[in-house]
Amino acid sequence: MKKLLILSGKGGTGKTTVASAFIKLSSAKAFADCDVDAPNLHLIMQQKLEPKKIDYLGMGKAKIDSEKCVNCGLCQIKCSFDAIKKYKECYNVDAYSCEGCGVCEAICYARAIKVYPDIAGELMLYKNDFTFSTAQLKMGSGTSGKLVTEVKKQLDLAEINTKIAIIDGSPGIGCPVIASLSGVDMVLIVSEPSLSGISDMKRIISTAQKFAVKTVVCVNKYDTNLENTIKIEKLCEEFELDFVGRIPFDSNVVKAVNKGKSIVEFDCLATDAIKSVFDKTINILNT
Amino acid sequence: MASYLYLMISMPDFTIMEESKMKIAVLSGKGGTGKTFISVNLAAASPKAIYVDCDVEEPNGHIFFRPKELTYEIVSVMTPVVDHSKCNGCRTCVEFCKFNALAYINKKIMIFDDVCHSCGGCTILCPEKAISEKKKAIGTIQKGISENVKVITGMLNTGESSGVPIIKKLNEDILPNTDLTIIDCPPGSACIVIESIKVADYCILVAEPTLFGCHNLNMVYKLVQLFNKPFGVVLNKCIEGENPSEEFCTKHGIPILLQIKFCSDLGRINSNGLIAVREKQEYKDLFSLLLKSLPGGTV
Repeated sequence: MKKLLILSGKGGTGKTTVASAFIKLSSAKAFADCDVDAPNLHLIMQQKLEPKKIDYLGMGKAKIDSEKCVNCGLCQIKCSFDAIKKYKECYNVDAYSCEGCGVCEAICYARAIKVYPDIAGELMLYKNDFTFSTAQLKMGSGTSGKLVTEVKKQLDLAEINTKIAIIDGSPGIGCPVIASLSGVDMVLIVSEPSLSGISDMKRIISTAQKFAVKTVVCVNKYDTNLENTIKIEKLCEEFELDFVGRIPFDSNVVKAVNKGKSIVEFDCLATDAIKSVFDKTINILNT
Repeated sequence: MASYLYLMISMPDFTIMEESKMKIAVLSGKGGTGKTFISVNLAAASPKAIYVDCDVEEPNGHIFFRPKELTYEIVSVMTPVVDHSKCNGCRTCVEFCKFNALAYINKKIMIFDDVCHSCGGCTILCPEKAISEKKKAIGTIQKGISENVKVITGMLNTGESSGVPIIKKLNEDILPNTDLTIIDCPPGSACIVIESIKVADYCILVAEPTLFGCHNLNMVYKLVQLFNKPFGVVLNKCIEGENPSEEFCTKHGIPILLQIKFCSDLGRINSNGLIAVREKQEYKDLFSLLLKSLPGGTV
């Protein structure tokens, strides 16, 4: 099974729109949403059956037993995350800052602190005619990279006999993106012809290169700024990356999304362009 | 004249704050809704403001402001180093580390900086005092001036996983300031967003007119409620037809501060890295109006 990961650096360039189109076009039997912080793929990949849900345990959170606490304050001094606060002569743990490292638990002379398991999100696995692995991180949690790894593991363990798996990624270049990069065969970057889009594209290319993953690039909404589209094409030449095509701006995309459908289920301008991007991408993936 | 329309939906009546001006965080859940567009133009529309880019993974505000008189500050975290001559192989550190950043391989402690969370536990707990800490650079804070705006940008080095330490450092800079401060947040609702809104007095949630936009608006809506931050919504890129995000606001009684219609002129200005309020008076008027509708009535 070859895995294609869709990334962008900048948010809102059309990762999920392209991912959902690719899933329909390839009739992929396996796909995943690694944007665990703001997952959206499930909104247009309507499912007949309810998913199998599993709680995702993050890093654990420390708790202070006020009965045992002797108010020495050592935990507050040693905490690297400023997670221990003194309130009304009592030490408490701010769960949103606590990273579950266990330093406080280890150094407390009064043995008043313990790190407890913490539900940091939910993993979901849909098994219908296809397998769809996704998750939702609990608000404010800091372990998105680990959850991304779980989403991919879930897809791997499903033992699907299929040639290609499509993985929708998250914006940015940080932990969830780095976690999503491991073990994929190729990255498709969906860029946008704005100066911001170009700057973010460079940063995601540099990140993908650090992890030595083969990368190709397409431009979405290319006609909103032709000059910048040409800049992106030239940059790809410079970086020696394959450029797999231009997708025009199409207001039907918004309509399709709001109907919970993929753009390729509509007959419109963007559809043909996405089909061509798809063909080129799959060709490169299979060589 | 560009073909854009805007509507001021509500003008909340806030008491004017005298001494210190507001710190306003702009967030969205979904990426690409226009956080940076709103943040940059709000700051530029004010007579004097500080713009802080907390989207350290993909900072873009500086592309618009092109700040001058730049200064740089390196942001570092502490990671462990082992003195192998002191290490007796007891593995206390390996067993303690929850992030698997240490391993004992071929009778030698190996450290994996990439997954280290800099908790300091291994250094504290090593019975032989064989572990000490060294600084590791993870990013940069860039400061500069762009006309009426002081521009502060956090930048995470590529390949680094967490920008939270950079935002903590940015917060130290923001906190004592008394000028109007606009904080451009990262997308999502994870730890990094919470860190970014910590010092904010007010939050602006930016949403797109799509099912995706609405779904992600719901997440940040819950987030700002959880942290008791007063907030309002700006609906961006509005087109004819249904707007799930608008319906969401109506249903939950959320104040809509402004609706900006999708318009190719604004799109062009923005994609070329220009600041709309510095290009046309009508955009300046639009954002001045938005500023006035915020608590403190900043003009």
